[in-house]
Amino acid sequence: MLGSTYALLGVGLTLIFGIMRVVNFTHGELYTFGAYMVFLFVMVLELNFFLALVLAALLGVVLGAVIELTLLRPLRGANIDTTMLIMIGAWIMLQNTEQFVWSGIAKSINTPFPDEPLTIGPVSVSWVRVFVFGVAVLLIVGVHLLIHRTRLGKAMRATFQDHDTAALMGVNINHIYTATFALGSGLAATAGALLGPVFVVAPTMGNLAALKAFAIVIMGGLGNFKGATLGGFILAFVEEVGAGYISSGYRDAMGFLLIIIVLVFRPTGLFAQSERVG
Amino acid sequence: MVMPRRPVPSNRPVEDVASNGEPLLSIENVSVHFGGLVAVSNISFVVKEGEVVSLIGPNGAGKTTAFNVITGFLAPTSGRVRYRGRDLSGMRPNQVAGLGLVRTFQKTSVFAKNTVLENILIGLHLQGTSRAWEVLLALGRVRAEDIRLRKKAVEILEFIGLSRRANELGGALAYGEQRLLEVAVALAANPTLLMLDEPVSGMNPSETEGFMKMLGRIRERGITVLLVEHDMRMVMGVSGRVLVLNQGTIIAEGPPQEIQRNPEVIEAYLGHGTQHA
Amino acid sequence: MMARWFGWLWVAFLVSVPLWIKDQYFLHVLIMTGIFTIAAMSLNLLLGYTGQLSLGHVAFFGIGAYTSALVSLGFDLQITNDHVFVFDPKPVWLGVISGIAVAGFFGWVIGKISFKVRGAYFVIVTISFAEVMRLVALNWVDLTQGPMALSSIPPLTLQIPGVWELTFWRKTPNYYLMLFLAVVSFITIRRLVHSRIGRALVALRENETLATSVGVDVTRYLVLAAVVSAAIAGAAGGVYSHYVRIIDPDVFLFIYTVTMVIMVITGGKGTLSGPIVGGLIFGIAPEMLRELAQPEIQWIIYGALMVAIVFFLPDGIVPALGSWWRNHFADPGSRQPPGAAADGDAQAARAVK
Repeated sequence: MLGSTYALLGVGLTLIFGIMRVVNFTHGELYTFGAYMVFLFVMVLELNFFLALVLAALLGVVLGAVIELTLLRPLRGANIDTTMLIMIGAWIMLQNTEQFVWSGIAKSINTPFPDEPLTIGPVSVSWVRVFVFGVAVLLIVGVHLLIHRTRLGKAMRATFQDHDTAALMGVNINHIYTATFALGSGLAATAGALLGPVFVVAPTMGNLAALKAFAIVIMGGLGNFKGATLGGFILAFVEEVGAGYISSGYRDAMGFLLIIIVLVFRPTGLFAQSERVG
Repeated sequence: MVMPRRPVPSNRPVEDVASNGEPLLSIENVSVHFGGLVAVSNISFVVKEGEVVSLIGPNGAGKTTAFNVITGFLAPTSGRVRYRGRDLSGMRPNQVAGLGLVRTFQKTSVFAKNTVLENILIGLHLQGTSRAWEVLLALGRVRAEDIRLRKKAVEILEFIGLSRRANELGGALAYGEQRLLEVAVALAANPTLLMLDEPVSGMNPSETEGFMKMLGRIRERGITVLLVEHDMRMVMGVSGRVLVLNQGTIIAEGPPQEIQRNPEVIEAYLGHGTQHA
Repeated sequence: MMARWFGWLWVAFLVSVPLWIKDQYFLHVLIMTGIFTIAAMSLNLLLGYTGQLSLGHVAFFGIGAYTSALVSLGFDLQITNDHVFVFDPKPVWLGVISGIAVAGFFGWVIGKISFKVRGAYFVIVTISFAEVMRLVALNWVDLTQGPMALSSIPPLTLQIPGVWELTFWRKTPNYYLMLFLAVVSFITIRRLVHSRIGRALVALRENETLATSVGVDVTRYLVLAAVVSAAIAGAAGGVYSHYVRIIDPDVFLFIYTVTMVIMVITGGKGTLSGPIVGGLIFGIAPEMLRELAQPEIQWIIYGALMVAIVFFLPDGIVPALGSWWRNHFADPGSRQPPGAAADGDAQAARAVK
């Protein structure tokens, strides 16, 4: 289950990182945002759980678009340091706003699923996790279809391959960037919305999520959709193994170690032969 | 003003080949393949000390690729490059520069945010030997070396004619001056073979004229020159020998007058674009 | 020349501070600000001058802190079932030096990696590196006490055997220690930056291809910048651990790297005085504003400030001031567009000569 949500995070980031070449420090914050939105809708406003999820995802898309339009677009063409610093500034603002509004205490979200786990044969899994896994997989397939079957997806792939040619061929690069960033952010928010009920919601949850997303992107190769998907599952797997063999405290370190190892030995990612953005 | 010939720094190989006739630079069966694309196919040529050799050919013929291979910016798919007999395989560009092979770039490349003087000082990097610990301890010889390098920088600026621009930013210079600055920076690196990639492209006729004269002065300092150029007047005017590259292979080689009349060469150019004759 | 004279005046002023500021809390603020500023200066060498996007700098600080603390406290390590490696406590000054050495070593590692791994990837590697260090400090409880923190770290003791001894319990001596390290670091960085080596670093930042074509060895200078940068940060970490005398894995938090980055960027990356200006602002301001606003609000403001600086004053405050000064007061021939100055001090010095 973790693998599928990691994959969601990773896919979102690989799109942004791959197409726009932006080190998106706000990705983790969108994740947190998604979780907090669900908390807001379910616990405070007492809306329907599933409706809350959808709303959170949509708001994530909107927030992503806002960030792109206000911060990134004016800086189009600046060098990577500048965009990176802006992203860091945005990250600080977002996280501290969340901290300020919700305080640092972890919050939990109630779900409409029965408490008893679903039992299939010898295996019993909690309903929530099944749900999360299902939704995540659906979304991944959905994004895949978007990228391969729609015009927008085609334009995104073209932009990824070569900005200038794509622009010359009539692709509105600005729109693509905004769409990409919004989509990626929406995916991150959805991942947060899905995992919020499974774990707890805290302002700093985004930090680890973001780093893991980067790990996945690097493992899979920049802009490599399939790679990111696979990477998500691989990371979840490695974390389990690592936590088991070394110690559970090091679970989170697995992502980072993977990053360092992959970048030093296979910088283009483990699946470099696969296609890009799709 | 004729500048005295500069002494060969101690990091060069001892064999000084001028006397025994062995070529300074020797490209042996070099090929470069990018995936399926063949950029350069099995080219071989030599450059002898004291020559001015021009490499010409239509756009996309592989000239800059050849430059990149020679100077260590690109590894050849096969073949080797020798400088003074020494195999350059696997060397990084800074090591190649240390041997005396210095190049300029097709697209103007200067340190835009540094002053002209600082640009030259950076070019003089290898002429200094102070180590980090010596710098940190502020040893006397560090200061002395700095003074020496600055004096050299001023000399080079005078040589190239940019003295009055010394304190202006590289990026603020006019185009023609930037190209001169590029050459000056390359000269600062104390080359025995200077490789210029389209040095006068974008220059007007009088600037080109001035550059040709300066090339003469560079030769007087004992520097061998390998040139990539499109400007035929310049090529005819300065070269002792011309090599014609087309689609990755050398299709002709010889003195400029011969090349001008060579039917294959004319064919290659007519098929591919204009010439500046 | 003017810049240098001004510098010494400034140092003299700083030396005098404990004489007229008696408020211990404010002294504490100054010491912490100073320590962070030293770390910021070291980051500037790598980020500002050499142009390496290293966002894991706090790792070197923390490594210096932990190494120094462990060396001065001594530790036992269970190697195998029978064998225990015992390390006896060593004098504090030796601890600090070890901190510098170990941090420098990791700087070397990062330097080597930076050559292979570029741009955005390098950023991620450095952040990951710092996080791994934090997790190691958190989980290797046998060595580092994990979240329970290393405490009772001894303060520095200087002595002339038999004649005089001073143990740095009080704030004032620690202030002078910090100032001493700050001045040494500043001079170190300045010497490096104003030399042929400094020019090579800037060349790598500005136009690496051109730099290599004239002989600048990329790996060597990236590694050099990383090592010196890490060593200074490690020294700051060492001083820190013997001053606060208790450290825990939180010292590796990314937020501290961000603090240093903000100091460098707003002050002016690639200038000598930039990090100092940035350090003073972001070291002292939070304390001043403590009464007025919660930390979260402050950080939101800092985040916004950083965004604003990047938009409007991309080179930072010091170069902007330098340009403004030149455009209004200096000889018209040396007028430059804003943002053009690579090193404010050197430019000012040259203009005056």
